[in-house]
Amino acid sequence: MDELTKNSYKLRRIVIEAVYRSSSGHIGGDLSVVDILNVLYNKIMNVSPETRTDPNRDRFILSKAHCADCLYAVLGEKGYFDLEEYLNTFERFQSRFIGHTNTDIPGVEMNGGSLGHGLAVSVGMALSAKMDGRGYRTYVVLGDGEMAEGSNYEAMMAAAQYGLDNLCATVDLNGLQISGTTKEVMNSAPLGEKFKAFGWNVIEVMDGNHCEELVAAYEAAKNCKGKPTAVIAHTVKGKGVSFMENNAKWHHGVMSAEQYERAVRELEAMYE
Amino acid sequence: MNKVTNRQVICDTLLAAAKEDRNIIVACSDSRGSGSMTAFFEQFPAQSVEVGIAEQDLVSISAGLASCGRKVFSVSPACFLSTRSYEQAKVDVAYAETNVTLVGISGGISYGALGMTHHSLQDIAAMSALPGMRVYLPSDRFQTKAVVEELLQDEKPAYIRVSRSASEDLYSEDTVFSGGAKVLKEGKDVLFVACGELVAPCLHAAELLGEEGVSAGVVDAYRVKPLNEELILKAAEGVRLVAAAEEHSPYGGLFSMTAQLFSSKRPKKVIGLTLPDGHIVTGTQSEAFQYYGLTAEGIARRVKKELA
Repeated sequence: MDELTKNSYKLRRIVIEAVYRSSSGHIGGDLSVVDILNVLYNKIMNVSPETRTDPNRDRFILSKAHCADCLYAVLGEKGYFDLEEYLNTFERFQSRFIGHTNTDIPGVEMNGGSLGHGLAVSVGMALSAKMDGRGYRTYVVLGDGEMAEGSNYEAMMAAAQYGLDNLCATVDLNGLQISGTTKEVMNSAPLGEKFKAFGWNVIEVMDGNHCEELVAAYEAAKNCKGKPTAVIAHTVKGKGVSFMENNAKWHHGVMSAEQYERAVRELEAMYE
Repeated sequence: MNKVTNRQVICDTLLAAAKEDRNIIVACSDSRGSGSMTAFFEQFPAQSVEVGIAEQDLVSISAGLASCGRKVFSVSPACFLSTRSYEQAKVDVAYAETNVTLVGISGGISYGALGMTHHSLQDIAAMSALPGMRVYLPSDRFQTKAVVEELLQDEKPAYIRVSRSASEDLYSEDTVFSGGAKVLKEGKDVLFVACGELVAPCLHAAELLGEEGVSAGVVDAYRVKPLNEELILKAAEGVRLVAAAEEHSPYGGLFSMTAQLFSSKRPKKVIGLTLPDGHIVTGTQSEAFQYYGLTAEGIARRVKKELA
């Protein structure tokens, strides 16, 4: 198994630990988006704790900011802060690790929590790079349920209008949201066609939980000139824990001790 | 009679500053003409951002630019900017503490007969409720310039509302502004606390009252949030009545804040000279002000009645 994939296991294990200890968190989405975040932070983006204020660093926004638990795992594992502090205080009284992304946490670029904001903010970040002639890239990750927010389509128009080829949006397309399947709740499909119609380059990743496929997509995105790229990553909500996979109930769920132990066992088996 | 609008003054002030600072950005939502920002777009195209008719996008993109070190002025009609993009102002500007100044043009009932969609009579309440958001309603062109120059010096979120038409001159080039409020006139019987377009009629009402032996003071509270409480309390020493005037609904604006201030720190009767909580009569801004008694004569009449 390659190092990147091994790291995805490590990150899943951290997220399960944090969510179990705090009895809170959006575990289903964490487990669908974790490979995307792992690939971006550990393979694609030019970011590190040491360069976190460097004006030339790549920018990242987690628009589906309820998966902050997963982003904190990625940042903590990279050394942006003490991972133990996150594991022991996530969502607890007076913790700086609230349930949605916040710039109080080193490495987090923008506050989030309300859906449909991240794409437009990332357009501003990418536009700023163009104005300065800076070479950094801006990455944003959205949920497929989130694509019902109309503000996203305003941002899609603007990104194409300004030819933001330094912007790469990923949709973590796991097909589920809190009330059920996105198809039933509010069908946003076909998302690839929508982005294309708005003037974007679109790359479909058929297994968005497969690190290698994601790496190939992001490398291809870097080579696209003149327009922004949308990576439509087909993922599995709850990926890696059988009783959570493709189950909307685990959008936000609390594990019993038994479920926690089973999740840990399954994750270990998955990557053996 | 002054013919220079406050929105024009904002553009001129930003033009002067942008020559020295390439991080100053003006962002518009198909509003560069109504916001008098055409000159800025022409002279500094690389520092101008057009997002089209998309106010939510306007505010979020501005926040993204600001997070990369820009000083962004987002210019759009106050009615849309303060409510259509309210959540973006809350999350991406106030909560994220980005260096964005939201410039609400054609504020209050500037658009007159265009109706409620184009009126912003809840913007002070809405913006003031956001943590850290400062709210400014300058009363004339000299004060507008001073406010914009002050905001160019810091990096915190703010909302400015200006009217569509030119405002009467109350100050001069030499006036020094500080602390967000200015005593325009001292008085012993009644104190007007006013902002924006209501400052001038209150000042003239105070003059009319003076002719009838009523001593009326006027405080121009151009920074509605945070209010300069100390200055207002001091100016109100000894008066029997405080009248808070604003081009706003009676709820959550300067009247509410003034009443809050006096009830908690120095109990005194506070009345509101505001627009009603309801549909505004069809007509121009000045016709509506006349109709609701928000003219010098109307205000003087109301105060005399309250004091009787």
